[in-house]
Amino acid sequence: MRKSLLLLALAGVLASTTAITPALAQARTDLTIGIQLEPTNLDPTTGGAPAAIRTVTVLNIFNGLTRIDKDGAVQPDLATSWDISEDGLTYTFHLKTGITFSDGTPFTADDVKWTLDRNRAPDSLSAQKQLFTNIAAVDVVDPATVKITLTQPQGDFVYGLGWGDAVIVSPKTAETNLTNPVGTGPYQLGEWVKADHLTLVPNPNYTGDKPSLENVTFKFISDPSAASAAVMAGDVDVFSGFPAPELLEQFKADPNLQVLVGTTQGETILAYNNGRPPLDNIKVREAVSHAIDRQAIIDGAQFGYGTPIGSFFPPNDPAYVDLTDISNFDPEKSKALLAEAGVPNPTLEFKVPPASYARAAAPIIQQQLANVGITVNITNVEWADWIANVFQGAYDYDLTMVSHVEANDFAAFGKPGYYINYKADALNALVTQLNATTDPAKQIALKQDIQRQLANDFAAGYLFEFANITVANKDVQGLWENAPQPITELAALSWAE
Amino acid sequence: MIRFLAGRLLSVALSLLAASIIIFLVMEVLPGDPAQFILGMNARPDTLAALRTQLGLDAPPLLRYFNWLFGMLHGDFGLSYTYRVPVSELIMQRIGVSLPLAIISLTLTLLIAFPAGILAASKRNSLTDVGVMGVTQIGVAVPNFWFAIILVYVFAVTLHWFSAGGFGGWNKGLWPGLRSLVLPSIALALPQASILARVMRSALLDTLDEDYIRTARARGLSRRQALWGHALRNALIPVLTIIGLQFAFLLAGTIIIENVFSLPGLGRLIFQAIGQRDLIVVKSVVMLLVFAVILVNFLVDVAYVAIDPRLRRRA
Amino acid sequence: MTAPATTADTRRAGWLYQALRSPSFMAGAIIAGIFVIIALGSFVWTPYDYAAQNIPNKLKGMNAANWFGTDQYGRDVFSMILVGARTSIAVAVIAVGLGVMIGVPLGLWAAARRGTLLDEVIMRANDLVFAFPALLIAVLITAIFGPSATNAVIAIGIFNIPVFARLTRAAAISLWTRDFILSARVAGKGAARISAEHILPNILNTLVVQITIQFSLGILAEAALAYVGLGAQPPIPSWGKMLADSQTLIALAPHLAIIPGLCIILTVLGLNLLGDGLRDIFDPRLQRGRR
Repeated sequence: MRKSLLLLALAGVLASTTAITPALAQARTDLTIGIQLEPTNLDPTTGGAPAAIRTVTVLNIFNGLTRIDKDGAVQPDLATSWDISEDGLTYTFHLKTGITFSDGTPFTADDVKWTLDRNRAPDSLSAQKQLFTNIAAVDVVDPATVKITLTQPQGDFVYGLGWGDAVIVSPKTAETNLTNPVGTGPYQLGEWVKADHLTLVPNPNYTGDKPSLENVTFKFISDPSAASAAVMAGDVDVFSGFPAPELLEQFKADPNLQVLVGTTQGETILAYNNGRPPLDNIKVREAVSHAIDRQAIIDGAQFGYGTPIGSFFPPNDPAYVDLTDISNFDPEKSKALLAEAGVPNPTLEFKVPPASYARAAAPIIQQQLANVGITVNITNVEWADWIANVFQGAYDYDLTMVSHVEANDFAAFGKPGYYINYKADALNALVTQLNATTDPAKQIALKQDIQRQLANDFAAGYLFEFANITVANKDVQGLWENAPQPITELAALSWAE
Repeated sequence: MIRFLAGRLLSVALSLLAASIIIFLVMEVLPGDPAQFILGMNARPDTLAALRTQLGLDAPPLLRYFNWLFGMLHGDFGLSYTYRVPVSELIMQRIGVSLPLAIISLTLTLLIAFPAGILAASKRNSLTDVGVMGVTQIGVAVPNFWFAIILVYVFAVTLHWFSAGGFGGWNKGLWPGLRSLVLPSIALALPQASILARVMRSALLDTLDEDYIRTARARGLSRRQALWGHALRNALIPVLTIIGLQFAFLLAGTIIIENVFSLPGLGRLIFQAIGQRDLIVVKSVVMLLVFAVILVNFLVDVAYVAIDPRLRRRA
Repeated sequence: MTAPATTADTRRAGWLYQALRSPSFMAGAIIAGIFVIIALGSFVWTPYDYAAQNIPNKLKGMNAANWFGTDQYGRDVFSMILVGARTSIAVAVIAVGLGVMIGVPLGLWAAARRGTLLDEVIMRANDLVFAFPALLIAVLITAIFGPSATNAVIAIGIFNIPVFARLTRAAAISLWTRDFILSARVAGKGAARISAEHILPNILNTLVVQITIQFSLGILAEAALAYVGLGAQPPIPSWGKMLADSQTLIALAPHLAIIPGLCIILTVLGLNLLGDGLRDIFDPRLQRGRR
């Protein structure tokens, strides 16, 4: 029995070596990518907000009219080009031709109209419906041309069409895209073992350049320690959005691994409830801001990965100005301000969502504020609880911490009912001016005014810009260093030969 | 026997009904809204309303309770809010991990506990007995998740013998799936085996002390014969109780171990579903687990009576 | 009626002698005693403030300044262990207390009315609690009321109720048939008085043993809850939370995982030994370390 097993094993080894030998010269075509969260479904248009849905599907299974490239710039995708009318209200998109969905259905202008109309309908399930609310009409000019009319000018409209929420789907398969996505991208869904992994395999009907990878596995590992164990054990070839920065030194020293540290659009802030005492008093907000030692938070919670910010604006943006001095670390000033405000020893409720950056930073912030006489009570809450009681207008908190990952989201601070509860008249005036401006230099000047306004109002404690950390096998090429959008462009990836 | 069974079955049914009411009420008071969670931070009120209608969340509570209850009676657990697939499909996938994990750990538990318990009992107060009892005393005290972390560190991170986590799936053959369950089952089995070995030993010693065994031994039955022939059978009652409880525990109580090893089992399904407010999944899976425990208890009761018919009166 | 009192007296007389002769009891008492002293002592003295951070000094191994090294925030692990003992023991004590306060009266009541519908309802309700997966209930309680040490106590306490209710009922029922209870009933005492005056004192030994065991399980449960983030909130340390925080750092600083783990194991071991020892002393028939 034992002998026959041995023979069998030997035969297996021989068979596999003969199979591998001719292939040795070629690069590997399989890749396993670790990501922290599993997509709850695979439809970025109706499946809800989770970023993981976009990470897996955008540019791989689905395409939009435009796409965001690795530097955050807008590029043509299903639309090869577009014309914008003088008044900025009419966009004419010229579409790629000869494209089919992975089920063989041809892609035409009708699909574009159908998708966008669905996204802006009253019963739309789009998680980013604000991208489409300015659309007045979508008209099919011919099968390869679509005309979109807006109700008012929207400078970032084509950028918005590059979001995963704006990918074009076929009406034929729209209902089943949640679990069986059918798109125009180079890949289609292979298998999906819930809570463990899913695979993408080449789309047989794809007419573009054949991607180098033929079998891509996304493996879901939510626990930071399991994630690091998987990297160390070689179970994953790439881990994007690696959640345990404390291990990067060790990974950097490993000759088999590469560590990419890039930027995100994630301004990580200690949000203040601007509408509730004592933080409705600007002196108290200023005091809290001066009590915070950003570098200590970046070192202690992110192990040095992250860029300090002084306002609500990403440092990689051309309009960025460094305003960290306005809220520099100055505990004495902080104590003086608290005394001036008449609340030398306030107590603040700090609701901490379950993001690992927030959970790691909360004890440090608690300690820093304790040093100036502020008592901070930490309550760790779940996302569902956080969204309901902190974010969606219940204002049941004093402090909270979150990373705002969307591009150009500074205007959100001025939205009525926004969770930070900020009196934003000055900000809104600047934003209105910005939307009406077409001159790039004036736009930059206005964006800098906005940054100053937010910094001087101490609308939030601006902590740091989140780093995008990718750990990968050293032979994987084409990885995006930065994460301007939650996208993993698989067609750009390959193995070194 | 039939009266006994009917009585127990009625009590099982009432318990399940009570459990379903408790579970439903808990879900009602849970803060947070599934639609809000799904649509995230930029959701607009009209989108939220549209999704709530689609998910059937706007129906009155009583109606939703009965829909759920009668659905379950027909084997229809509804559609997951987040995954948008039938809950029964999710459960079946997860049972494919949890059930083998529970069975393997229980087997491992029995394989360790029975010999250890019998050995210790048969050589009472010997060095072997003291040794076995000492080791199990420590085994009982070790938190299984700590043991799991150490196992990962040693066997996955350092030695690369096993993968650190995740589940290979059964579709690629038996070994990849089994391989990912080795470390978790060891982590689960060690404390359970220690408990069971101690129960086994003391149950055996208890029955060896019973008068009828003393009488039999006085009549010339050897200690070994007494142990294997009589004591073992009678010691089975307390041992069965523990095994029943342990199986139920292993099926549901493995959340932490599933987390350490990123195993897609039932425990983690509920854990995630609670976080995502996928309440329909939470309700149905908790109900299923409660059903499993009540069923196991019922079977253990029946087994008692089968082993020792005298117990029928007491029940 | 005097008979049981006399046996109890004789037992008590030999108590100390037997205790000193029981190695499990002595070992358990010493280990558990050390941890109780540590927990109480931490109110008075710790080498450093357990919450004081010193980030440049993070992840140090064991050394003269920080005996157990420092964690990822540069906090002194030794001080955290001392204060963590407090958290673990407090949660376990209160949770077991909750189980005893509710479970024992329920068990006594059920025993006094054994065979009635009330008895059946109480016992089935207990079974029902057991049927729910414990950790999930803890997660749900936390989801509803928020994570805190108090809610961890409640979550653990709930599962202690049926343990004590069942045990009390079983022990009490066997006493209800005894002669001295019968004479008390003849004397016209009510069920509640009999339960309090005659039944409870005679099942105390059994309860004490079970309390020790539940106490050790409580420490394990607290660690498990804290490990999934459901226990005491920062900056209050707990052994389970220290373990959870250490997990990603195990390759860099294994002492962060090993030390709290050993503390949990030692405390639980001590309490189990103590329980075994107590059982030996209270019930000489079982003198060979049950369980």
